Amino acid sequence: MGTQTRLDWGATVRLGLLAGVVALSLSLIGMVERFSERDIIGGVFSLGQVFLFGAAIGGGYLAARRSAGEELGRVLLGGLALGLISSLPLILLLVAGGLTDAEGGILLRRFLINVSPGLLKLLAFGQGQIAGSLILAAVTGVLGLVGAGVYLLPPRLGRPLLVGLISVFLIGLLSEIIILAWGNRGIGLIIRRFMFAARGLLVPGACLVFLVAAGSNVAWSGQQERVEQRLSTLGPEQQQRLRRGMIALGVLLLLVLPFILRTYLSEVIDNIGLYILMGLGLNIVVGFAGLLDLGYVAFFAIGAYAMGVLTSHSDLGVGGLSFWAALPFAVLAAVAAGIILGIPVLRMRGDYLAIVTLGFGEIIRILALSDFLAPYIGGAQGILLIPKARILGFEFVRPESLYYVILLACLLAVFVSWRLRDSRLGRQWMAMREDEDVAEAMGINLVKTKLLAFAIGAGFSGLSGAIFASKLSSIFPHSFQLLVSINVLCLIIVGGIGSLPGAMVGALILVGLPELLREFAEYRFMMYGALLIVMMLVRPEGFWPSAIHKRELHMEEPEALAHLAAGQTG
Amino acid sequence: MRERLQNLDPLSVVLWLLRAAILGAVLWGTVATILNNPYSAENWLDFLVFGVAQGSLYALIALGYTLVYGVLFMINFAHGEFFMSGIFTATVFVAIPLSETAFWDSHPVLSLLVVALVAMATSVGIAVLTERVAYRPLRHAPRLVPLITAIGASFFWQYFFRGLYGSGITAFPPVEMLKGSLIVGGLEILWTQVVVIVASVLLLIGLYIFVMRTKTGKAMRAVAEDKQVAALMGIDVDRVIVITFATGAALAGAAGLLYALLFRQVHFFMGFFPGIKAFTAAVLGGIGSVPGAALGGLFLGMFESIGPSLFLEGLGIPAAYQLKDVIAFTMLVLVLIVRPQGILGERLAEKKA
Amino acid sequence: MKKISALIIVSILAVMLLTACGGPQFECEDAIGCVDIAPEDPVRIGWALVISGPNETLGVDSQRGVEIAAEDKGKVLDHAIELVGEDSLCSAEGGQTAVTKLTSDPSLIGIVGTNCSSAGEPASKIASDAGMVLISPSNTAPSLTNPDKTWNPGYLRSCHNDNIQGAAMANFAYNELGVRKAATIHDGSPYADQLQQVFADKFVELGGEITTQEAINTGDTDMRPVLTKIAVTGPELIYYPIFIAEGGHITVQAKEISGLEDTILSGADGMISPDFIAAAGDEANGMYISGPDLAFDNPLGQAFLQKHRTKYGEDPLSAFHAHAYDATMMLIAAIEKVAVQDEDGTLHIGRQALRDALYATKDHEGITGTLTCNQYGDCADPLITVNQIQEGEYVPVWTAD
Repeated sequence: MGTQTRLDWGATVRLGLLAGVVALSLSLIGMVERFSERDIIGGVFSLGQVFLFGAAIGGGYLAARRSAGEELGRVLLGGLALGLISSLPLILLLVAGGLTDAEGGILLRRFLINVSPGLLKLLAFGQGQIAGSLILAAVTGVLGLVGAGVYLLPPRLGRPLLVGLISVFLIGLLSEIIILAWGNRGIGLIIRRFMFAARGLLVPGACLVFLVAAGSNVAWSGQQERVEQRLSTLGPEQQQRLRRGMIALGVLLLLVLPFILRTYLSEVIDNIGLYILMGLGLNIVVGFAGLLDLGYVAFFAIGAYAMGVLTSHSDLGVGGLSFWAALPFAVLAAVAAGIILGIPVLRMRGDYLAIVTLGFGEIIRILALSDFLAPYIGGAQGILLIPKARILGFEFVRPESLYYVILLACLLAVFVSWRLRDSRLGRQWMAMREDEDVAEAMGINLVKTKLLAFAIGAGFSGLSGAIFASKLSSIFPHSFQLLVSINVLCLIIVGGIGSLPGAMVGALILVGLPELLREFAEYRFMMYGALLIVMMLVRPEGFWPSAIHKRELHMEEPEALAHLAAGQTG
Repeated sequence: MRERLQNLDPLSVVLWLLRAAILGAVLWGTVATILNNPYSAENWLDFLVFGVAQGSLYALIALGYTLVYGVLFMINFAHGEFFMSGIFTATVFVAIPLSETAFWDSHPVLSLLVVALVAMATSVGIAVLTERVAYRPLRHAPRLVPLITAIGASFFWQYFFRGLYGSGITAFPPVEMLKGSLIVGGLEILWTQVVVIVASVLLLIGLYIFVMRTKTGKAMRAVAEDKQVAALMGIDVDRVIVITFATGAALAGAAGLLYALLFRQVHFFMGFFPGIKAFTAAVLGGIGSVPGAALGGLFLGMFESIGPSLFLEGLGIPAAYQLKDVIAFTMLVLVLIVRPQGILGERLAEKKA
Repeated sequence: MKKISALIIVSILAVMLLTACGGPQFECEDAIGCVDIAPEDPVRIGWALVISGPNETLGVDSQRGVEIAAEDKGKVLDHAIELVGEDSLCSAEGGQTAVTKLTSDPSLIGIVGTNCSSAGEPASKIASDAGMVLISPSNTAPSLTNPDKTWNPGYLRSCHNDNIQGAAMANFAYNELGVRKAATIHDGSPYADQLQQVFADKFVELGGEITTQEAINTGDTDMRPVLTKIAVTGPELIYYPIFIAEGGHITVQAKEISGLEDTILSGADGMISPDFIAAAGDEANGMYISGPDLAFDNPLGQAFLQKHRTKYGEDPLSAFHAHAYDATMMLIAAIEKVAVQDEDGTLHIGRQALRDALYATKDHEGITGTLTCNQYGDCADPLITVNQIQEGEYVPVWTAD
């Protein structure tokens, strides 16, 4: 970096243009216009505006950080300049958008479908081209300045401000879900009328959220040290009691969760739970044993189909077992499949393994879909009329009750994983992961060890699939796409490979978040992709890495890595 | 012989049996189909030509995987999106506007050349950008991490271009000159297929010369062999890696145009399946090997085209073409059981993989 | 802590009292409950359609149908209409999540959706358990309205059951075109698979011969091998009721296969779209496509088309907007029929009463014809039209009776 004694204009221009291109891209793909009606704070600002102007504010902030240590005026000037520059690409769009084709439509729209009259009107603030461009430049300039100003605020002020603003944004963004879960009855309804519009916050609600968030941040930063000090002075016995208390609290929370979350969020948690199950299973295969499996969905499908065939009331059903009676068979079917599919790949390594397992996943899906096996498992028509789980006449139909079945399965999987990790087998897996040849030389039976990893991993997935089948009551081959395998792999790596809490955090982020952001519809996948990249750049070791991986990763040039990661997120 | 028998472990026996079972089923199916023989010799030749045309597309895309893998040992999952982005952009901005003028029909070669250039340039641009943002910062991270960013980049670009150009299916304008077919000794080959096959062969030869004969190619091979030593030799490793990505993406861009000529449809999801297939082809041929990728692509194309009729129909399996991917992946498993490093892969690759 | 909880309890009691004293009370006598809509509140209608992924044109098209219907109607008994949408994807789990989310809003009256039958299977049960109605514009699977299979009270559809559409095409092929040998292709979607099976069964029943039933996968591009195989069996007609991308490939490539040059090509309403015409180009001319009667010789259809062009800047993407429009209008008509209005404008809608009214729908004039629901919710006008593509236009040539 060297010594920066003067404002680096080249960098400012580059950063400004980058911010402008980001805003331009978001406009061109339609996000700005699409969400311009989606209020974060009713009548004050919308999500579309966040997309349009976020880059200018962020750019101003980054520019200020770059020139940290400069005198105040210059930093602010840098922010202003950056904001102004960032409007250039948008102004270009405004000018180009003015061109019309022979029929009087916008010429650009023939290529870029989202350059609509609505978007251009938004960008020009409803004014003409020139006036609009000037206003746009002025607004982004001011926002760049604001961004720089936010950086300059002393942390004591800046942090609560930031926390408050982010809270308002998040609550505004998630308002629909919050209303759905808690805002339809009793006292929730009253609070909702005060705080929320149909979508987004009302001004009083926003103020309240801001005050509460910022206030608690101030209060917490005052108390933090005291609390930490207090904790560190506790005796070992007290600490243990505290830990036990926390665990008891956690268990209690897990038990009453559906009552708090209500129907829809319980449904989301159920989906997350199914992915946690798969994540824990794949974690054994990839995380513990180091075998890259891209066809993990195969076992999920086999579990689901076994459940379907064994319990369905339709013509395809054989056996007519209950959910609980069929469950062990479904898991066994998956385990058997794990071993059978494991044998041919025993000698393959790394990426060869990846593509072959990917192939297995596809083979299973296509076979499930095929006319060839349709007489037995339904083909494209799937298997219908799969009964729900039942205990003493109680049927697990609603997401709130199904939650307990999934919770039980997850707890079982966590327990098994945890015991396996610290067992002899677990150590053999890890030795194999580090170096197969050395492991073999040390007397580890690779065949047995690998097959056990495949089998146990497949078992978890089969369990998840079996619950999935009963949850949906009907299964179709289209539910078992390659995407599921990829998703599970992503979640264990984002969570922190080889780490049990990591699989859970990963599932919460990669399955839960898209579920909460359903509103973004077709943009969800793009945001998901961007999220994967950003998370890997910021935390290559994952959100909750296992102790071993953390150490390994940080031995490798920690500084270079951190520097590169920081440089890239800007 | 005796020595080999002594070294026989149970696993080898099982794998051998598996191999025998697959081959047995294939043979049985083949014999049954041929005995039944509903197809004429022309039909079989047709299947072959379809397979070669499709296979050469796979080969071109597979080269991108193989080049990057050879240098970085990473599976570039976003490669299918490089392929899509180029031709999608070129179709929207060049091919369609041109086809509305007389120029398209009066100067078809020139028009297609412009389309090809724009497609390749866009693909290269997207590839370089992706490398810079999503891969380079993670060069020292564990190997699974860039795989995840590659998956992320793949999703991102798919839906980014969907946002830019829309979700509908965009028709690539037909080229008048390429209508009809070439007739060689009773065998009819569509002109589009001729163009696809010839262009692929030319590009493959060009790439081979580039990698084997030029200085940059030599640098690429050196980096593939050992990055640190290459750096010591004064090779700018980052630059070579970018060039590798760009070369692969340029081939993908060209493949995009050939795809559009052959199938006349362009849309944001078009890179996904060819991407997976090409990756399979690259592994089949031996990942990291340029001739291997070409061979793998051809084999895959032919398995898909001939396989269902030849192997499955005789076994009495209905709707055999639905199962063509099953055949493709089964063949992959078969090849990898026999040769774990792929058809032309070096033994070395196994160690690194 | 105690004080706070006491405060909360008191305020809850106060609220309950306040609401209890709000004038003469409406007594809900409905078997499965009522929706009450306060004077200023909108009537809320949900939609659960596939608006992302490979099948999104179906969903976006239906969504526009719902939106235009809501705009056309403007107000229901002086209440505005608010639409609440969810992406139901084209899968069982997508349908389940979307409809679970929609039904957890107790102020919602009914839902228009889903597109794919696989999404409809779990969705139908959830909506039914929640006391809502679910009207689908494009679930064509017969099982959904079969009480022995997966029909649930509250489920209806405004589109054709596959049993009707497949059989109509077989009739047309056998009786009108005089075809005796036909082949079919499906793409592994429940819709196409079912349609081609119904077609094949009916065609054989009429006395024809099915030379082969083939299948491809979504995402396939090279259809030449499978078409070569079909050509060997020598059909006079190929029926492939699939979607735009793969349908386009088959249409184009069939002309290149020796032996299929004169074979008649035919499909179903999944290929009614300007995108299909663009994708298949000149080769589409002469092809037969079955579907609802969208000749737009009814004024309703014409007006709709006009509004669609002004609002979205293009022609409809497929044929399902019309079914969605009709589904929405049917729902609104039923609401108007059963709603009880207080003097201050508050609406009370009995959920069972709404269901009964919907199932009793008779001679509802819609874009797709005259809709009359049977007791299991099949409401589509049984009139199926076969269109021939001529010069890039869908021209109706035959109507089933």
